[in-house]
Amino acid sequence: MELALSILLGFMIIGAIFAIHAKDLLSAVIAAGIVGYSLVICFLLLKAPDLAIVQIVVETITLIIMVAVVLDSTREELKINIDRQQILNISLALIFILVLIFFFVQAIETLNPFGQHSLRMASAYVGETAAKTGSANLVTGVLFDFRGYDTLGEATILFTAAIGILSILRIKGKK
Amino acid sequence: MQGMSLIVKKVAQLMAGLIFIYGIYIIVHGHLTPGGGFAGGALIAGSYILAILAYGSDTIKLKKEETGTSLTESISILFALMMAVAGFFIGTKVFFNNYLPAGKIGELVSAGVIPLYNIFIGIEVAAALLTIFLALIIYKEEIEG
Repeated sequence: MELALSILLGFMIIGAIFAIHAKDLLSAVIAAGIVGYSLVICFLLLKAPDLAIVQIVVETITLIIMVAVVLDSTREELKINIDRQQILNISLALIFILVLIFFFVQAIETLNPFGQHSLRMASAYVGETAAKTGSANLVTGVLFDFRGYDTLGEATILFTAAIGILSILRIKGKK
Repeated sequence: MQGMSLIVKKVAQLMAGLIFIYGIYIIVHGHLTPGGGFAGGALIAGSYILAILAYGSDTIKLKKEETGTSLTESISILFALMMAVAGFFIGTKVFFNNYLPAGKIGELVSAGVIPLYNIFIGIEVAAALLTIFLALIIYKEEIEG
C-alpha cells in the first residue's frame, strides 16, 4: 500500500508543479484537479471512504466552477517582472519554509506510527461508539454525538459563507 | 444564461435525477454506510448545478430560486440548532443530547437523533452550495446585462 501511496503522491506533485508552470490557465486548472482526484484514491487506500465521498463531490463542483471562471475571463497568465522587493520577499519565504521543514521533521519523529494512537479517547471512540449512540457508522456517530459542536461549527461556516457571498455579490443597493 | 448542446442536455436529463436520488440515499443511510449530511448535501447541490448549467435559465427565475435556497438553508440550520437545544430539556441536561431511543444497531430507524441531524445538515449544505453557485451566476448575468 505504501508503494501505491508513494506513486500517487509523486503523481500529485507532478500535477501541482505543472499547474504552476502551465502557460494556459485552463490546463493549469485541470492539472490542479489531478491533485484533488489523486487525493480521493489516497483516502480510499487509507480506508476513509467518508472523506473520499466528500472530497470527490466537492472537488468536482469546485473544478466545474473554476473551469467556468477561466473560460469566462482570461486564459493567459499575467506577466510579472521581478524587482528587488520581490527578491527579498521570495528569500524570506524560502527561509520560513526551511525553518518550518526543520520543526516539522522534529515533530514527526516524536509521533506514533500510523494507526497506533496513544490517546485514551481514541480507543473509547472505537470501542464504545456503536453501543452508546446506536450508529453503525462510527464516523457519523462521533460527528453528530460526541463532537456535535464541530458539526454545528462546520454548518455555521457554510451558512456564513453563503450569507457573505450574497451580501458581497449584489449590484443594487451598492451605490 | 443559455444552455449547452443537445448531447449535454440529454445526458444531464438522464443523470441529474439519479445523482439527486443517490444524494438522498447517502443522507438517509448516513448512520449506516459511509457518507452523511455533508457528502449527500453536496451531491444534491451537484445535481441542481448540473441541470442549471446544461439547460440554462433566465435571471428572473434564478433570482426566485436563490431566494428559496437561502430561505431553506436558514430554516434547516435553525431546526438543527433547535434540536440541539432541545437536549437541554429532555433527559440528561446536555447540549446535543441524544434523547431518542437508540434502537437496534444497523436498522434504518435507529441511533436516536443522529439521522435527523444528518437530514437537516444535508439540506443545509445543499442549499448553501446552491446559493453560492446561484449568486455567482446572477452576478455575472447582471454585470453583462
